[in-house]
Amino acid sequence: MKPIVKQEVQDVLDKLVNKNLYIHLETTNGAYASFHNEKNLTVGAYIRNSVVRFSRGSIVGNGPYRVGLKMEHGWIYAEGLTDWELDEQNRLLLAGHDAEGRLTVALQLSDQPF
Amino acid sequence: MERHVLVVLPHPDDEAFGSAGTIAQFTQKGVPVTYACATLGEMGRNMGKPFFANRETLPAIRKKELEEACKILGIKDLRRLGFRDKTLEFEDVEVVADSIFEIIQELNPSLIITHYPGHGVHPDHDACGLATITAVGRLPENERPTLYCHAITKNRLTALGNPDVVNDVIDVVDIKIAAIKAHRSQTEGMISSWENGTPQEPDIMKWVSQEMFWHYKW
Repeated sequence: MKPIVKQEVQDVLDKLVNKNLYIHLETTNGAYASFHNEKNLTVGAYIRNSVVRFSRGSIVGNGPYRVGLKMEHGWIYAEGLTDWELDEQNRLLLAGHDAEGRLTVALQLSDQPF
Repeated sequence: MERHVLVVLPHPDDEAFGSAGTIAQFTQKGVPVTYACATLGEMGRNMGKPFFANRETLPAIRKKELEEACKILGIKDLRRLGFRDKTLEFEDVEVVADSIFEIIQELNPSLIITHYPGHGVHPDHDACGLATITAVGRLPENERPTLYCHAITKNRLTALGNPDVVNDVIDVVDIKIAAIKAHRSQTEGMISSWENGTPQEPDIMKWVSQEMFWHYKW
């Protein structure tokens, strides 16, 4: 992955509108977050290979970035995105990494199941 | 002398941190060790430091790291149970236990290393330990292998008492550290905090060179 260049990601999002796509969306602060510091809550969520379709997709911010995908009945949202790639299967992978290089958030879209 | 040791843990690298020294001591004595690894740690958040993996490349990378760690530890029989990271606790425990029971019946191990259910901190550790205990519990009491369980909760001493086995692994600590390093995507960050690639602080060295296990209390 490489640091996000906003316009490049925007160009990819524009090509994905009004298509049925498989999504992977997650956020995590690690399974040991509260073990290492009792003041922390261990939180995380992920959804993988649900089919979504959006009419508008935008990347916003000055880094880290936010992405919002507008769907017929709702929104998909991710915050804290820092890096991206279009992988060899042409899947859009967006991720946020902390200073230690650990993944904190991921938003991925593909026309095939992950 | 153990006849055959079966290690049942959910993530590539669990064996390196918790029992690599004990495993290496067994394989050096010629005791066969089988590692049944329940998932590929597909949802790990560590991606290397600096990161070189992503969510989609991580499983294949961790599979290779696991194979390398097994080679270092002398584990010649690696089984992958094929479950997905972070989902083990949502599976039917009997179904997970089935896949472990099958291996137990095939190998007839004299010792099984797993997590102590309820003392794993990570939900997959607890679920994997519970499934293993469930599988062992299907055997008549007098045919059950010895169980070495990891317990890593902060209340483990008050809840479980002192460990039944405190194993000094200083004689194989280099092998253990090599196994930890083999899981590069997961451990590079931690290792970068060690000077010269080995733990310098006494408490970390103690943590690496001593492995503790509790027998399961049925």
